Amino acid sequence: MSTATQVPAALEMPRDTYLNAGYGVKSWFLTKDHKRIAILYLVSITMFFLFGGLMAVLIRLELLTPAPDLFQSDTYNKLFTMHGITMVFFFLVPSIPATLGNFVLPMMIGARDLAFPKVNLASWYIFMIGACFTFSAYISGGVDTGWTFYTPLSTSYLNTHVVAAALGIMIAGFASIFTGLNFIVTTHRMRAPGMTWFRLPLFVWSMYAVSLVQVLATPVLAITLILVALERGFHIGIFNPQLGGDPVLFQHMFWFYSHPAVYIMILPGFGVISEVIPCFSRKRIFGYSAVAFSSVAIGVFGFLVWAHHMFAAGISTYSALVFSLLSFIIAIPSAIKVFNWTATMYKGSIHFNTPMLYALAFIGLFTIGGLTGLFLACLGIDMHVTATYFVVAHFHYVMVGGMLVAYLAGLHFWWPKMTGRMYPEPPAQLSALITFIGFNITFFPQFVLGYMGMPRRYHTYPPEFQVLNVLSTAGASVLAVGLLLPMFYLLWSLKYGEIAGNNPYRATGLEWQTESPPPMHNFHETPIVTQEAYDYESMNEEEVVIG
Amino acid sequence: MDSHAATVEAGLHHRDPELHNQFDTLEQQKDTAHLGMWVFLITEIMFFGGLFGAYLVYRNLYYPAFVAGSNSISIFWGTLNTAVLICSSLTMAMAVHSAAIGARKLLVGFLSLTLLLGLIFLAVKGKEYYDKWTEHHVPGANFHFDDPERPGEAPVPADVASQTSIYFSLYFAMTGMHALHMIIGVGILLALIWKASRGSFPPHHYTMVENFGLYWHFVDIIWIFLFPLLYLISRTPAMH
Ligand SMILES: [Cu+2]
Repeated sequence: MSTATQVPAALEMPRDTYLNAGYGVKSWFLTKDHKRIAILYLVSITMFFLFGGLMAVLIRLELLTPAPDLFQSDTYNKLFTMHGITMVFFFLVPSIPATLGNFVLPMMIGARDLAFPKVNLASWYIFMIGACFTFSAYISGGVDTGWTFYTPLSTSYLNTHVVAAALGIMIAGFASIFTGLNFIVTTHRMRAPGMTWFRLPLFVWSMYAVSLVQVLATPVLAITLILVALERGFHIGIFNPQLGGDPVLFQHMFWFYSHPAVYIMILPGFGVISEVIPCFSRKRIFGYSAVAFSSVAIGVFGFLVWAHHMFAAGISTYSALVFSLLSFIIAIPSAIKVFNWTATMYKGSIHFNTPMLYALAFIGLFTIGGLTGLFLACLGIDMHVTATYFVVAHFHYVMVGGMLVAYLAGLHFWWPKMTGRMYPEPPAQLSALITFIGFNITFFPQFVLGYMGMPRRYHTYPPEFQVLNVLSTAGASVLAVGLLLPMFYLLWSLKYGEIAGNNPYRATGLEWQTESPPPMHNFHETPIVTQEAYDYESMNEEEVVIG
Repeated sequence: MDSHAATVEAGLHHRDPELHNQFDTLEQQKDTAHLGMWVFLITEIMFFGGLFGAYLVYRNLYYPAFVAGSNSISIFWGTLNTAVLICSSLTMAMAVHSAAIGARKLLVGFLSLTLLLGLIFLAVKGKEYYDKWTEHHVPGANFHFDDPERPGEAPVPADVASQTSIYFSLYFAMTGMHALHMIIGVGILLALIWKASRGSFPPHHYTMVENFGLYWHFVDIIWIFLFPLLYLISRTPAMH
């Protein structure tokens, strides 16, 4: 196993960095520096991730035996609701864009900051206000609607704090809109001289596609949740069937956001993988423009498939047929990416650094997640497995196996840029391996359980399902170890990690040309771009390969 | 290319105080702000789009109830408000023009006129809401739809009367969201008037006025759609 990160011992930390540009509480909470805002987001979403993870642990513990041991059904409903809401809206949606994207996107295009730094800071505050609303609902008794808030359950039948939770999500949605808006405008107007659209790193392309989706889809979620809140609070009747309303309309509006939101939760991962694979294969990405355009295609097609979540909800056969077909079509651009990454590695000189290990895990897990998505797009199979653990396993393969793993790949990849110090390679490689194994033990049995007919969202199950559930819970504890390890060694590395130097992986990209950690305005001089992205071949010729 | 970098370096030393440090030129700063505003307005279109989508579905399902509901609201106040908003768009456009030619007093005057018209719109809207409240047309516990007695018309059947609650739910949601945008606009106008009177918008730097103009016109256009969709459904008895 070879690594590309052996650095000469004489490196020193740069003198003026964004981290020592100011001290004290105010210099962080009133900062307009995109790098510091990224750190604010990073700390917040890590907290939320720990909370959501704790809920997952409790769920898996309850499912260890067929009988209800730990919780009553009401409590269990609250647990999976809080797990889903927290992980989707307060971790996955902001995960890569608001932290890694915020940190590296301006540097990647050679800008001193995002176009609207104040809006960027405001987005963090809005996000936290939204979180306060939603978490106040958790604390004052919980929510048990499921993360989807289906009507009329959410509007007429539950006595929990649905309004506060929904408004919190709506408010956090505006944070997501502002981030997307900032990225779109920044990519259009702030590129350094010579940074043409087809010299942009693919991470920027995927951020651009994500931003489009955030900006176009999130407002629809906002108005949908406002209507739910109005319906609960003032008893107006838009989704209430007793007043002639149509609960299925809620599902249409909800999934009009939430299917594209699936791409908000995976496209940024694609972007990270497209950076990591060429770097550790020491090769130009295969089919740059195909990868770039497939991001945009996914963003666009993502708006046309929402009703595949409603095949069992009584939509007409013809619209089900059309949505099924469209759902198959959207697999094409995702497959293009997987093939391009694989082709990039072919005959490359592959280095198994931690980010690369995560990237390889991503390709495997995302491919399984994506292919089982095609099963679900088949009307016949979907009828059989709707609302079973098959669906649960499918979207966890995409969101955890895909996005979370990609997030970890990116976090390790840019950690030296963010902190100036390397993470320790051996424990990091180990944690990547543990995560991969633990993840598969946790979720692969759930495919089988779902196919056998175990429904989701129940805290009891027939005894014949126990073996696979025990396996899944055991896997979850392995997975937890894999996910907790990075918190320890990354914190350790802040003080004791090796000094990274500007470009520890000898990667292309403007963010690697400036210091680690970067100075306050990213570059001492505005960079001028004369090369395509990922020109690793000429870089390899210039230098003798290390390691 | 090198000359660009040189101007950047020079720019960093004696920069216009209005130029934020992430930008190289005022031109770039202005273009960026405009693009940002347009993207924001696109999100607003999607926001109202959700409501328009729901409207479309229910209007198709419950057309008679929509006709009955629409006929019960006052066409006089609705038309008046439409006229008020169109005038306010004119005064806003004049305000932007005044800023462009550097006429500070005119700018303050037109912004104040826009504010006044905005407040008139909200007052009229409040009156309309109050009327609906007294008529028990606000969905919720006290909802009760009486047929507004119209000569020569058969009374509205009971099921249609109860379905009007969906029409009114949408009426309040749509005009309420619109009014909320007006209220936010009025707040920003107050800030703009205060800043304009202190001379904060010289002819080379009035992007904020321009962008607010875009917002105000957008809110106006939303109303231009709301007015026929909510007030003008089959007003002529012979037509349905
Ligand atoms: Cu979907």
